[in-house]
Amino acid sequence: MSAISASEKVDGFTRKSVRKAQKQRKSQGSSQYRTQSAPVELSPLPQLKDAPSTEQQELFTQKLQQCCMLFDFFDSVTDLKSKEIKRATLNELVDYVSTNRGVLVESAYPEITDMICTNIFRTLPPSDNPDFDPEEDEPTLEASWPHIQLVYEFLLRFLENPDFQPSIAKRYIDQKFVLQLLELFDSEDPRERDFLKTILHRIYGKFLGLRAFIRKQINNIFLRFIYETEHFNGVAELLEILGSIINGFALPLKSEHKQFLMKVLIPLHTAKALSLFHAQLAYCVVQFLEKDPTLTEPVIRGLLKFWPKTCSQKEVMFLGEVEEILDVIEPTQFKKIQEPLFKQISKCVANPHFQVAERALYFWNNEYILSLIEENIDKILPIMFGSLYRISKEHWNPTIVALVYNVLKTLMEMNCTLFDELTSSYKADRQREKKKEQERDELWKNLEELRLNNTTLVQNNSHGLPGVHNNNNNNNNNNNNINISSNNDTQDKSVDMSIF
Amino acid sequence: MYCNFKSQGFKKRNCAKSVLEKRTIFLLVKPRSAAQQRHSVTATESKMAGADGDDSLYPIAVLIDELRNEDVQLRLNSIKKLSTIALALGVERTRTELLPFLTDTIYDEDEVLLALAEQLGNFTMLVGGPEYVHCLLPPLESLATVEETVVRDKAVESLRKISQEHSPVDLEVHFEPLVKRLASGDWFTSRTSACGLFSVCYPRVSSTVKAEIRQHFRTLCSDDTPMVRRAAASKLGEFAKVLELDYVKSDIISLFTALASDEQDSVRLLAVEACVSIATLLPQEDLETLVMPTLRQAAEDKSWRVRYMVADKFSELQKAVGPEITKNDLVPAFQNLLKDCEAEVRAAAANKVKEFCENLPEDSREQIIMTHILPCVKELVSDTNQHVKSALASVIMGLSTILGKDNTIEHLLPLFLAQLKDECPEVRLNIISNLDCVNEVIGIRQLSQSLLPAIVELAEDAKWRVRLAIIEYMPLLAGQLGVEFFDEKLNTLCMAWLIDHVYAIREAATCNLMKLVEKFGAEWAQNTIVPKVLGMANDPNYLHRMTTLFCLKLYWLLFFENTFALSEACGQDITTKQMLPVVLKMSNDQVANVRFNVAKSLQKIGPVLDSNALQAEVKPVLEKLATDTDMDVKYFAQEAINSVLALQRSD
Repeated sequence: MSAISASEKVDGFTRKSVRKAQKQRKSQGSSQYRTQSAPVELSPLPQLKDAPSTEQQELFTQKLQQCCMLFDFFDSVTDLKSKEIKRATLNELVDYVSTNRGVLVESAYPEITDMICTNIFRTLPPSDNPDFDPEEDEPTLEASWPHIQLVYEFLLRFLENPDFQPSIAKRYIDQKFVLQLLELFDSEDPRERDFLKTILHRIYGKFLGLRAFIRKQINNIFLRFIYETEHFNGVAELLEILGSIINGFALPLKSEHKQFLMKVLIPLHTAKALSLFHAQLAYCVVQFLEKDPTLTEPVIRGLLKFWPKTCSQKEVMFLGEVEEILDVIEPTQFKKIQEPLFKQISKCVANPHFQVAERALYFWNNEYILSLIEENIDKILPIMFGSLYRISKEHWNPTIVALVYNVLKTLMEMNCTLFDELTSSYKADRQREKKKEQERDELWKNLEELRLNNTTLVQNNSHGLPGVHNNNNNNNNNNNNINISSNNDTQDKSVDMSIF
Repeated sequence: MYCNFKSQGFKKRNCAKSVLEKRTIFLLVKPRSAAQQRHSVTATESKMAGADGDDSLYPIAVLIDELRNEDVQLRLNSIKKLSTIALALGVERTRTELLPFLTDTIYDEDEVLLALAEQLGNFTMLVGGPEYVHCLLPPLESLATVEETVVRDKAVESLRKISQEHSPVDLEVHFEPLVKRLASGDWFTSRTSACGLFSVCYPRVSSTVKAEIRQHFRTLCSDDTPMVRRAAASKLGEFAKVLELDYVKSDIISLFTALASDEQDSVRLLAVEACVSIATLLPQEDLETLVMPTLRQAAEDKSWRVRYMVADKFSELQKAVGPEITKNDLVPAFQNLLKDCEAEVRAAAANKVKEFCENLPEDSREQIIMTHILPCVKELVSDTNQHVKSALASVIMGLSTILGKDNTIEHLLPLFLAQLKDECPEVRLNIISNLDCVNEVIGIRQLSQSLLPAIVELAEDAKWRVRLAIIEYMPLLAGQLGVEFFDEKLNTLCMAWLIDHVYAIREAATCNLMKLVEKFGAEWAQNTIVPKVLGMANDPNYLHRMTTLFCLKLYWLLFFENTFALSEACGQDITTKQMLPVVLKMSNDQVANVRFNVAKSLQKIGPVLDSNALQAEVKPVLEKLATDTDMDVKYFAQEAINSVLALQRSD
């Protein structure tokens, strides 16, 4: 029995941070189904640079084949010698393809891609930590990184080699290759994702025939992330690639691209882990709007639809994105969305969380936004006034109150008369709202009564007293309805009362 | 786990004031300025309704107004009361006004849409019964195409529900065309929804339509997007069940094979689930050729997720394929899963060890377990992953009933012992909580001799849940060990638990003592327990003094229930002469918690005391407590007085 500390004895609950610190395992092997027998020991081959040029190609192939041997890095003591040989060989291969010209002959392509596929394509292991929080927890690193890193390096140099010929390579770097590459973006190891990002970007640039396919598959990954698993580690990296892809879209935008914006990028804002990729996402959205300003209205409406309700941190991010959009908005587009948008901003300004309120109030420091507001002051002031006026009196945070005073002052200067009008009608407006509230309650009460009568009628009828106004058929229906929806508590009440 | 698809719980979002506002509404066509809108809309409407003197105008007006409200909560409320509104409107207006309006509102917040999708599933009677049920299809069709999975799933659920209320003719005229439209929708959401609707209409349509449905399903199984293929794969089993056997063989098998070798592992793993249903449908002689190649391949899939799924469904698969295939194919597959390189897979397989062994054909069961399964199990006992060990510990004890006494003692007992000493508390806990099944096989003597040292050690385990599990097992152990053995080995432990630092343990220890008294009788209690418990009344720690109170209270109640044989005189003696004074004395305790627990205890034991003692001794004490300075003491004393006096009166 292990000795336990006094503190543990007292409460029995250890803190999460303590529990996590105890975990030592930080690296992970790749989950390859190891049916193959133990690796054969490698024997070193002569250096490529020492070989006569006639034999270099043959030696190159041999070395590539040698590098297809996989090792168990989980066990840090086995095959040390072979692991070192493979590492040195990979290093040499990287060097070989990046410094020499004329080494990429056609027959080398299948050998090269074969070596790459064997090494990097693997099913990622299950996450060590099922509730992995990318912001707090240390990522699990890939155990075989000493080899995999060099293979990635090699792939990159291969793609960047001046002799590289996509027309030959497309036989090997095909849809299946790309699909497997994309799945690796889920790796928890940030170093691996970084390599993948650059590599995918190169492939997108060099293989025109794969572009549409790559975009579609990224689409699918995002949709699965949004609507099915809510888990994918490489969203930020994929968005970064997309950012530059969008930048290169031809005008007018194809409907496929617009659909991607509205059905994929905007819903991505709903993700729980938005903070991990929000910068990249906002960049993509703004890229789209710079390409095609007419998309502003649907984008803003989409953001408003998914506006966070309970997560203040996300709300601050949304406000940041809105400011980025407003920075590039055209005045005509602004007019189209100003009302719904400023209704939301008016709510944010009045948010009890001071960071949200502060972020929204900072809009008034932005010269361009200020000029847009001024142009449309007669629309915006009535929307904003209520919230601003109220929090200038009620907000708990003095910084916010000070900011609000400044904003009110700015708005007043924009249209003094309207401001005075709103000030004097403020009280009356509030009372009107209250009255409206009461009237709504009243209406529902009436409705309940109406329904009550209806039920009583049914009750009477079912006792054999035919109603004058309703025919029997109708009554039966009504009677059934009550049973169907009796989970509704008001319904229960009315049924109860009709018994008396 | 991987398949942790989002099932419920909405991300909270805010709403755009939806498109609704623009498309409203047939009642108020006149466009209004923003200023007017700020003023009371409701007032205008209610006046309109009121002026007409037509109360039936209320509901639709209310609904529309509420649906326009900027506050989602209010919109949600009105949707949830949709049945009220429909009821008030009557079936005719529900069909002609409410439903078209709702069909137009499918642009709202997902939360509102979810409520709507759910409501519509129960609307058949509100639109006039089965002959009009097809009126509900248009809004549900729109809902089945929205992005949010939760809404879509609910819409499909409602559609499935109302499909049963369609007459066969309506099904072909209205429902089936809807399924077709969804199945050939542009965006993946509608095609995904369609997958769930084939099986409900297939059995009730004509053979030409059936052929069309099969064709649509086939198309969706090879859909371009993995989302749709996943939806199709997850409904494959369900669809196979409603198909004629010939079509299962000709259509389903090829779809199954294709999905099981999909490029995405998320699709392949769903095919494993379908495999169970398909194998159940097919005659035994076809299994080998039609199903087994795919199943074998799945068990050795390169993705651990697929192998995990196979392990997770292993018992179902085993039942579906029958004993012969189990012997030849599943046993080696199971061995491989138990030795898988991923801990997730091993844990899932370990969980199935007992069920798998139980369901093995009887003639060769023991031999298979001993030569094939047990060696793997032995390795798992010292697995590097605690989840694997703990999964195994939760089922391993079940093997003893299958293997019988001798094998258990020889092969399993060492494993149990090893697991009882495992460093992970969950493993130990799982073993302890299942000791009874071993007990049945090898008898308590054998069990106690080998396991007792380990159990004694666990009784002092650092994790209180482990101690709790041991306590709960104590009465069983005591009952079969007998008094002497118990006094010698375990009594001290039972008393030590009474002063444990965790309340749950003290509470359990108290209950445990009572169970022991039931077993060993009052005399034993008088000699071993009572002195010790009474002694604790003077303990400096008030928590221990309270434990005395709790013990005495339970003991009293137990005694008067007469559940054990004992001369009453003797019992009366113990209680009134020895215990009551102790309890009463504790009413002077300096800690208020002890004092009010005295009051609570007296309230409980009052009914079983004789009235002399009650009047002379208990009542004064309670009255004194009722004037205590502490609020809670006063309260409980008063409660006790009330119930004790009520008792006297009824006497």
